This record gives sequence, C-alpha cells and structure tokens, in this order.
Amino acid sequence: MAWVNAIIQGVLTGGLYALFACGLSLMFGVMKVVNLAHGDLAVVAGYVAIGVITVTRIPVLWSFLIVVPVMALLGYVLQRTIIQSALDRSVLTTLIVTFGLSVVIENGLLQFFTANSRAIGTDLALVRDSFKVGSQIQIGYLLVVIFAVAVVVLLGLQYFLSASKYGRLIRAVADDREAAQLAGADYRHVFGIAAALAFGTVALAGISYGMYSQLQPTTGTDTILLFAFAAVVIGGLGSLWGTLLGGVVLGVAQQIGAQINISDEVLAGYIVFLAVLVLRPQGLTSRRTQS
Amino acid sequence: MSLITETTARPAGKLRVTRSRRNVAWTGAGALIVVVVLALLPYIVYSGTTSIIVQAFIVLTLASMWNLLAGYAGLVSVGQQVFVGLGAYFVLILAIHGTSPFAALPVAVIACAVAALPLWWLVSRLRSGYFAIATWVLAATVMLIIERFSSIGGGTGMPLPGLSGLSSVLLTAYTYWAGLAVTVVALATMYLLLRGRLGLVLTAIRDDEVAARSSGARVGLARLLVFVVAGAGCGAAGAVLAISQLQVQPGAVFSVQWTAEMAFATIIGGLGTIEGPIIGTAVYMVLQQTLASYNAWYLIILGLVAIIIALWSRRGLWGLVDEHLHFRLFPVGYWLWPEDVSRPSRLLSRLRRSGA
Repeated sequence: MAWVNAIIQGVLTGGLYALFACGLSLMFGVMKVVNLAHGDLAVVAGYVAIGVITVTRIPVLWSFLIVVPVMALLGYVLQRTIIQSALDRSVLTTLIVTFGLSVVIENGLLQFFTANSRAIGTDLALVRDSFKVGSQIQIGYLLVVIFAVAVVVLLGLQYFLSASKYGRLIRAVADDREAAQLAGADYRHVFGIAAALAFGTVALAGISYGMYSQLQPTTGTDTILLFAFAAVVIGGLGSLWGTLLGGVVLGVAQQIGAQINISDEVLAGYIVFLAVLVLRPQGLTSRRTQS
Repeated sequence: MSLITETTARPAGKLRVTRSRRNVAWTGAGALIVVVVLALLPYIVYSGTTSIIVQAFIVLTLASMWNLLAGYAGLVSVGQQVFVGLGAYFVLILAIHGTSPFAALPVAVIACAVAALPLWWLVSRLRSGYFAIATWVLAATVMLIIERFSSIGGGTGMPLPGLSGLSSVLLTAYTYWAGLAVTVVALATMYLLLRGRLGLVLTAIRDDEVAARSSGARVGLARLLVFVVAGAGCGAAGAVLAISQLQVQPGAVFSVQWTAEMAFATIIGGLGTIEGPIIGTAVYMVLQQTLASYNAWYLIILGLVAIIIALWSRRGLWGLVDEHLHFRLFPVGYWLWPEDVSRPSRLLSRLRRSGA
C-alpha cells in the first residue's frame, strides 16, 4: 500500500513539476531562449506574493490575481529589453545574461531576505487538510488542486497556441521569424507576449511551490530550475503534453526513491533523468527534437 | 577585403606569416620573470597575502578553463563545479588512504580527466542551453551520490588528513607553490593547445560549425578534448582548494558559485582570449577583497557587470586593450606580412589607405 501511495503522491507532485517546466518549455519553443533565471524568477514571484499578502492582508489566493499579471508584465519588459538584446547578439549571450540574472537574483534575495525559508498560506484549510482513500493513503487537497491547475494551464496553452489567432502568430514567428516579419508580424512584440505567458506560469509555479513546501533563495535553482529541466527532457523537448508526462515520471521516480531511502528522493529523480538522456535522448514522447 | 587582395594578388612565397604583430621574445621573457617572482613570493610576503593569491590562482585556473569551453568551443557549462568537487574529493580519498595531499594532486587531475569522459557522453546529447542545465543537473547528481558515502564525510564533509606534520609556514608556502604550478600549467596547456591544430579547428567551429564539419573538422572530437582538458583543469583547482581549505565539504565544493565566479571573471576580462581571464580574475579579486565584509554583494556586482559587458562589450576589458593596441600577450592567431613591409605601422597605414 505504501507503494501505491508513493505512486499517487508522485503523479500529483508531477503536476507541480509540469507547472515548473511550462514556462521554460514555452520560452525555448518560441524564442529558443533557455532561461537559466527561470527558477529564481519563480522564487521572486513567491516572495512578492508573501510581501503582498503581509502588506495588504488580502486572502492568500487573491495574491495570484496580483502577482501573476505583475510577473507577466515583468516578463514582457525583460524580454523586450535585455533578453531581446542578448538574443540579437548570440545564443551564448542569452545564456550568460540569464545565468547572470540567476546569480544576481539568488544572492540579492539572500542579502535582503536572509536564507530563512518562507511558506505561503500555511493556515489555509486548502494547504493543511487532506482526505483519506482507504486506510493508508492520504492525499492533500492542495496537491490535487495544483495538479488540476497544471492540467488546465497546459490544456489552455495548447489550445491557445494551436487554435487561437494569436497562438498561430506565435507559432509562425517561432517557425520562421523573417517570414513572419515579412507578413507583417512584429516578432519582438510576439516574443514579448510569449515571455509574458511564460512568466505568468512561472508566477503560478513559484506561489504554488511556496504553498506546497517552502521557499528559500536557493530553491529557484536547486529545485525549480533543475526539476523543470528534468521534466522537460524526460517528456521530450517542445511538447507540452510531454512536459506533463515528464513531470509525472519525475515525481513518481522521486517518491519511489523516497520510499526506498528517504534521503534518495532527489537523486532517484535525477537518475531517471539520466537514464532517459542515455536511452531516449528525444524524450518519452516520440517526436524527434528540433534543436 | 584589402587583406585578401593583398594576399591573393601575390605569390604565396612573398608573404611572411607571424604569430604576433610585434616581436614576442620580450613578452616570453616577461612571462618567465613574472613566474619566477611569483615563485619567490612566499619568501617575501606574509602568509595572509599568499593565501589570498592562492584564491586568485584557483579563480584564474577555473576562469581559463571556462573560457576554453565557452569562448573557444562554444560550450556553456553551468556545471563545472562538478570537477571542482571531484578534484577536491579525489585528493581527500587519496589522503585518507595515506597519500600526501600534494602527491595526490596530479593523480586527482588525471582522475578528473578520466571522469570527464562518461560525463561528456551523458551531456553531449544536448545542445547549447539544454547542455548548460544538463551539466548543472549532473553536478547536483554527483554531489548527491558522494553525500551517500559516510566514509568520506557524507553530507557534512570532513577535514583533510595528512598535512598535520607540516608547520603552518611550510604548509602555506607549499600550498602557494601548488597553486602557482597548477595555474602556470593550465595557462601553458591552453596556450599550446590553441596555437596548434585544435585552435584552428575551434576557430573554424566558432565561425561556422556547418562549414567546419563539411571541410572535415572533427567537431565532436575537438569538443570532447576541450571538455576533458577543462575537467582536468577545474579538478586541479578543486584539489588546490581542498588543500588550501584543509577540509572538503560537499555543499561548498559542488557549489554553483564556482561556475558563477569563473564565468563572470571570464566575461568581464574578455571571452575568447587567454588574457581575458587574467584581467577578469584581477577585477574579481579586487571586488571580492573590498566587499569581503558585505557577504554576497561582490557576486551581485560581478553578475551585474558581467551582464552589462555581455550585452554591450562582447569582448570584455581585454577586448578594449586589443582593439586599440593590437596587442596580445598570448598570440594564437596569425598575421600576414607582405615581403616589402617590415614595420607594422607601415602595413597598418597601407591597410587603412586601401580602406580596411
């Protein structure tokens, strides 16, 4: 029964990891930018949410309504300024600049907010409570909600990109920037919108993780960025459904690892990641990589 | 343009090819003098000073290796700390088994080069940005595996044995010389590699990978070689780190901060030149020493400066020197001289006249 429990918990945390991975995947898919500051920005979103909640005393869940748009705006601005000008130079420059941002944000958080860990909404019934299935399996409401949110976000993005007019524009720009520009699309603006979407999901991921666990300045890299990346690679680059599958596989691997030895949770996830990298570099969903 | 007409209009025999625009004999002599003076330093200055310089040696070695990866082979690794950690742990393991840490150092370097092979096999499947994060995941994985072994300190690490017989004066001096030797060998190796065939292949890859492949350059092999050399170099720095700290702690040696420091020092000094990391390390040391009491501020400032330089002055501080003086301490390229021009100033003025 413990194993069944581990698998159920793993699948549900997989939703959280897919939420981590969503923005990373989207920015790579559209701009070919690997944002190394991805996780740190999620932590920033979490800290902003904590700040907003403490100052304005609004209900915890309302903070999403403020922080997600703010982060989306930040995404647009960052994309139109430094990420775009790095992109105009070379892929190498985007890596250096986003890595620089990552280090600056992480150490900035450390400097201003100390290394203490912070949680969001610990007194919320949603965060605290769980329900029982049978006698041994206990499932937190929060994880179920996060999983549902991840599925809705991925479905929404998939629908937006494939069916809506603006989504088609984004795909056109991602496929062939020059041709789209000749047809009248302002690719910089389109990139900005894609970054705004990505940063919106980053904010969701950061606040959700703050509710599920705790945020520290280093959480951004050692948890969010690396897990997001592992989920993307396991699932297969460039596929949103693959990302969900990758998140679930990573989550299950970690929970099974924790079941064997509590300190091996993270290691088990990485070992599955490396195994996929060796045996199936294109990811579990079978499309070949485009990069 | 005009250089091409100059070179193609004449028979090849009338061209002289040199490595540098000026005579480099004095730079070589200068380098030798610098090394000798540095080697004599422990007799002259206090041990506090030498241990700061050891830190500079570590950063310079790391930055040079990162420069080789990113600046020449186009491989942005964010996981070079894996080799810093492995180098430190190989020294620790050998020291536990009774080897002197100083004798363990070269063994650790070779072990890191060997360890680079399977790691390359894993990460080389991914390109550019994903390669970067994959190296990072790999570093985290190796750290988690090492933390499982309680015989080498587990998650908390342990002090480095085998050095208690040395007096503290001798120990600091030996550590300093080890650091100096590692740095000199690292820079010399890099210089010789880049002057040779590998340098040509890497330049070709940097300019146009597809063209390099189609003209027969073995791109994969060149990158593998660079990854192995960089692994060995970072391992050497890690070994010196272990000896200078007298303890090995997984969280400290496998910290991504090492990669941040090597990357920022390289970018600030100038990516893709051997001189760049030297300048960058100097800037790094000044910032780190002046802001030492303000915790993480030096990293924040270094990061911001690196971002600004990456965006607005791709070739860093050394790029500015090179641009205005056409001067290289470590010339790895070529200059072409028409036979009738003996002084560089004439060549330059002729090139300028013809609109170069």
